[in-house]
Amino acid sequence: MKLGIFAGPATTGKTAVIRHILTRLHNRGLAAAFLKIDVQFAEEDEQLAAEFGIPTRKVYSGELCPDHCNVMVLGDALAWAERSKAEVLLVETAGLCLRCSPYVDGGLGVVVLEATSGMNLPLKVGPMLSLADVAVVTKIDRVSQAEREVFRARIQDAAPEVAVREVNALHGIGIDPLVTRLLNYPDVSKNMLLRGNPPVGTCTICVGKKEIGWQAHFGVVRSLENQSFYRGE
Amino acid sequence: MVSQISIIAGRGRDGRCDRIERLDLNMGDVVSVVGRTGSGKTTLINDIELFADGDTPTGRRILFDGVPAAPEDRDDPSRNPIALITQHTTFLSDLPVTEFLVTHARIRARSQAAAQALVAETLMFANQLTGEPINPGSRMTELSGGQTRALLIADATVICDTPIVLLDEVENAGINRTRALELLRRHKRIFIFVTHDPRIALLSDRRIVMSEGRITDVLETDEEEQAVAPAVTRLDDMLSHLRERLRGGLRVSRADLEVA
Repeated sequence: MKLGIFAGPATTGKTAVIRHILTRLHNRGLAAAFLKIDVQFAEEDEQLAAEFGIPTRKVYSGELCPDHCNVMVLGDALAWAERSKAEVLLVETAGLCLRCSPYVDGGLGVVVLEATSGMNLPLKVGPMLSLADVAVVTKIDRVSQAEREVFRARIQDAAPEVAVREVNALHGIGIDPLVTRLLNYPDVSKNMLLRGNPPVGTCTICVGKKEIGWQAHFGVVRSLENQSFYRGE
Repeated sequence: MVSQISIIAGRGRDGRCDRIERLDLNMGDVVSVVGRTGSGKTTLINDIELFADGDTPTGRRILFDGVPAAPEDRDDPSRNPIALITQHTTFLSDLPVTEFLVTHARIRARSQAAAQALVAETLMFANQLTGEPINPGSRMTELSGGQTRALLIADATVICDTPIVLLDEVENAGINRTRALELLRRHKRIFIFVTHDPRIALLSDRRIVMSEGRITDVLETDEEEQAVAPAVTRLDDMLSHLRERLRGGLRVSRADLEVA
């Protein structure tokens, strides 16, 4: 089973990219399955099931962080995809808090970013970008040549190891190399590991303390004047 | 640097082939794409912009110096030989103009001094195309439509320095077209204008005629048309003059029809 995990902010074109990949997998006679992880609303599973006749599922993470949800359900999802006779599982997830990334060792990690989100976005999204294998840039026709170039340079600044790929998700141009990369990955093993180090998990806010001001908290605290704080990926 | 692009025939919406088998455009060419709304003009330049290789709906292929584009050219915008400016292309950045241009120029230029020189040249270029000079301290998002278009063209021509510039109906956006064509001709490029403007069409070396999604003809601007061009330019200047007076809150008279 090949695994591809697609992350990125809402409405950047993750599903549009996946749709073109599914078309190409279909043309090569490969059976795919699709899992969508979102917070509270998604219908991509129904759309793609209707379009491609493939097994699809969705999970709402609700009060849980979607990346956390991904870690919980991914093992089950692979077993489900295998039972469904799929050879490739594509997972689409809403990357939200920008502290973690949903990618696992052994599967292709793709972040989908839109050129229209501004030149500084690559500097802001953290491990969702820096731990990906490929950064796909969509909506390139909407911005000036200048901003396209700066956007790409900023991605390379923030994540020098990540391959950048501009695609036209309308016409599906620039998709083939993504499919090649996905299929060149070895099959995923049963014991998958989350890529990179997760952020600090003992957070007073995460466990429900709502008081404002560092004096009310413990563990990782920081005052305005204190420049040192925990650094993850 | 690319010095020639070729369009290899594809099909229109009705499945019929383009009338030309292969069209070569060379460095220094200024070409117009003409045709009614919906005739496939924008599709043609999208094919070029996308480095079509039989993988777009028209099936056209675009060759650069006789061969298909290298994948690196598509992936790296600073190696992309094409700059596309459409009516929808815009600046999203709210940085001040100079800061924005320096950010862009630094990616292209070897030194800080070279970047500063590029920025100065870009602003000078842009200011020759627009009515109101650009204030280098203004935020990009505060520029007028005309100023934005002028800066997009200047940035693509001077900083990007791409050999091929595609301009999709930019004439409606309040830039000085005669000046633009003069300046653009001085910077040797392959310029492709999608246009409804008789002045730009007649000042081009040739025009690609589109209908029902396919190329139906390619016309070299002939001697008679070249002879007609100055008169068209005068008519157009007269209209511009009237437009400027009306915009400026002035009255117009018969005498204004004599001004060229």
